[in-house]
Amino acid sequence: MSVGAPRSLASSGQKPIAEILHPLSAAEEQLSVTVGGDKEAGLTNGTPVETSSPASTSSLLNRLQLDDDLEADIRDPYAEAAETRDLFVTVDDPKKHVSTMETYITYRVSTKTSRVEFDLPEYCVRRRYQDFDWLRIKLEDSQPTHLIPPLPEKFVMKGVVDRFSEDFVETRMKALDKFLKRVADHPVLSFNPHLNTFLTTKDLNKRQGLALLSKVGESVKHVAGGYKLRARPAEFGAMGEYLDTFNQKLGTIDRIAQRILKEQSEYLTELREYGTVYSSWAGSEDELRRPLEGVGGCVTTCCGALEDLGDGMSQDILPVLREYVLYIESMKSVLRKRDQSQAEYEGRLEAAVLRKQEDRTPMPLEVEKCQDKVECFNADLKADWERWQSNKRHDFKQLLTGMADKNINHYEKCQAAWESLITLLQDKQTEDKTSETN
Amino acid sequence: MAEDGRDESLATDDESDHTALSLRFLPMLCGVTAQMLEEGSTLLRRMEICVAEAEKRNGKNTVNMQETFTVYLVETRPMDAVAEGRNQAPDSLWRRYSEFELLRNYLLVTYPYIVVPPLPEKRAEFVWHKLSADNMDPDFVERRRVGLENFLLRVASHPVLSNDKILHHFLIEEHGWKEVVYETGFQAKADSRLRALSATFRVRNPDKRFMEMKHYSDELQSHTSQLLRARARVADRLYGVYKVHGNYGRVFSEWSAMEKEMGDGLQSAGHHMDAYAASIDDILEEEEHYADQLKEYLFYAEALRAVCRKHELTQFEFEMASQELVSKKQQHEELSTGIVRTFSFKGMTNKLFGQEAPEQREARLKLLEDLIAEGEEDVQEKTVECGEHVERAWVDMHRFKEQKDKDLREALINYAVMQISMCKKGIQMWSNAKECFLKM
Repeated sequence: MSVGAPRSLASSGQKPIAEILHPLSAAEEQLSVTVGGDKEAGLTNGTPVETSSPASTSSLLNRLQLDDDLEADIRDPYAEAAETRDLFVTVDDPKKHVSTMETYITYRVSTKTSRVEFDLPEYCVRRRYQDFDWLRIKLEDSQPTHLIPPLPEKFVMKGVVDRFSEDFVETRMKALDKFLKRVADHPVLSFNPHLNTFLTTKDLNKRQGLALLSKVGESVKHVAGGYKLRARPAEFGAMGEYLDTFNQKLGTIDRIAQRILKEQSEYLTELREYGTVYSSWAGSEDELRRPLEGVGGCVTTCCGALEDLGDGMSQDILPVLREYVLYIESMKSVLRKRDQSQAEYEGRLEAAVLRKQEDRTPMPLEVEKCQDKVECFNADLKADWERWQSNKRHDFKQLLTGMADKNINHYEKCQAAWESLITLLQDKQTEDKTSETN
Repeated sequence: MAEDGRDESLATDDESDHTALSLRFLPMLCGVTAQMLEEGSTLLRRMEICVAEAEKRNGKNTVNMQETFTVYLVETRPMDAVAEGRNQAPDSLWRRYSEFELLRNYLLVTYPYIVVPPLPEKRAEFVWHKLSADNMDPDFVERRRVGLENFLLRVASHPVLSNDKILHHFLIEEHGWKEVVYETGFQAKADSRLRALSATFRVRNPDKRFMEMKHYSDELQSHTSQLLRARARVADRLYGVYKVHGNYGRVFSEWSAMEKEMGDGLQSAGHHMDAYAASIDDILEEEEHYADQLKEYLFYAEALRAVCRKHELTQFEFEMASQELVSKKQQHEELSTGIVRTFSFKGMTNKLFGQEAPEQREARLKLLEDLIAEGEEDVQEKTVECGEHVERAWVDMHRFKEQKDKDLREALINYAVMQISMCKKGIQMWSNAKECFLKM
């Protein structure tokens, strides 16, 4: 079938089959059957599908009956992943490369792993954005039923954004790191051989050429040729709706955040001017010089704190919002593909049923394959959806608490400055008083 | 804070029986201290003064047209009544802003060597967008009430001004006060004063200290007005920043509706964002007090400048009188000795047409001698006037400087306190929001 990655078993050699779960189990409403203890919440869907679809509860139960512990449990996939993670990836150390043809940035991609799919326990390679793009395309093509995390935006307007500025590179690098980590944490995607290649091969360039060809080839496979979808299952409809609404909300939040940045920047301009007035007034005073300079100094400190706040917002908050917008786009395209494959199945089924009625030909294998494809797709998608929801909750929790922290930090800095001024001025006051009475 | 300080020092003051009650009438704005109360027998020691209320009235104005104006209730109570704990009702009368202005103009003219305390502004200036510039706006009226009270307290605690009869009248007699003021004939002096303030004349030997003080008053005026303008702009921007956060409240609320586990956390966080956005109103309202303190000294700078200008005027008049005398003496000498030292038409015509008759010469000499005598008296007068002004003004300018340093220093400290309070509020709000986010 065209859906699966090449057959490789989930961390084979490390975990007994009994502990390996189908991604379906991540969905809370589906199965209450889980395996106690360490749980690798995932299995590649490379497992053979020749029997009934893996989505059927009974077959799953069969596979799992080896284990006695059938506790229902909803776990935070992050915590899970942390317990069982055996693949660690990091993107850091950006460097500029200047060649005759072009100038570009590469990043160091470090891998630490105990998986047998990897020959060595550690790897260190350098990759550029193009390479990440290649990887993503390969993942999309080879795992079309899964939600692939998004990459930061590819194109930047040359005149508007400086591609080599520290801030831009830093932001991009963080997003690439996040992308790779998400892939590495995914129970299915992390076993994709293209990922393996990406993480281990010294020179990716040759492969890219081939990649382009195969991209064309594989994408052709997915053209379902004009089949119309009859009935989309409610849950996928709900997903689509959720994504649309969520997209809207994200857009609004992004606009608000940008507006705040703008207002803060204008406030900062006025505040700076305001601070200088105190300092210049201090110049014409004697007794009041210190208090005035003190106030001017505090205002300047607050300006600095405000600047930091603004930088933090644009570096840490806005990119994450943008990233989720991209994520939603790619998810919607996966949903569309699912619809297409369902439509294809329905179309073929209808045709086959008609033919069967006419001349008693048995259900062609094709149709069954389509059915399997659809059911696999649905299962993968549902599992990934749950995972995505969970990640989203975690990411936004982090994002929003981060935003709150930055604001708190800003106020704390300002408060400290003003408090030290008061101490300074009041000390002087008592100094003066005592010298007066003496 | 400052009030606590006053409380303490008054408690240790053996001479006064002031109770805490009297301090209720000292607004935070006023820099009146126990120290000032001790100096001389200022009115404030004998009488409690406050501007208690403001009311709208309708009446006919000077051109017989219907208008609405505000009147302020001035209450007074003898201090000994307060000290004895007698709960005596205060005497009161209503005054409008224009009457306060009249009082002040009278004081300006009568005591040109005093830096006369200013009135609160006539129209709202240095506004940031939210504040209305309308004179009828209740916030503006309230702040004006406080400013008028502050004016009265400053005047009543001034070692010189507090003894003025017209001031007493203002506080006690509601009707007929205006007539009494006009009877003093100060209006004529007021006009010439205004003219002198804006006139340009060259003074040969002004007192250096006064010139420096005049320069300082310009600086003070410039800096305070710059600061007020910059502050208004900052307030405007800050308002914008806070209010935009209110939008988070709305979107979080909408978003929470479509979430399961995240819903509650988002919803409550949204409420905190709304509260955050709303908090700026009180913060900026409080800051207006600070702006009012700055404004007082902006207007004080003008009063200081006027005192310096008065010195220039008296010095100039003295110089003119001296010059006049010198020239008259010279003329006399020339006439009596016949030696012409300076060019004069009389001298020229004499040369051309011959000298005049001896009787005429005698008459002229006599006239000159009279004028010289007058001139010497005049110079004497002007010397005294100039000298007195310098002496008294210097004392008051020194008093003013000390007052200014103390008041503005306190104002700056209070401003810092306000800023700290704003930061604490901000931290509180965001911490509350953070708690909600953590529950998501």
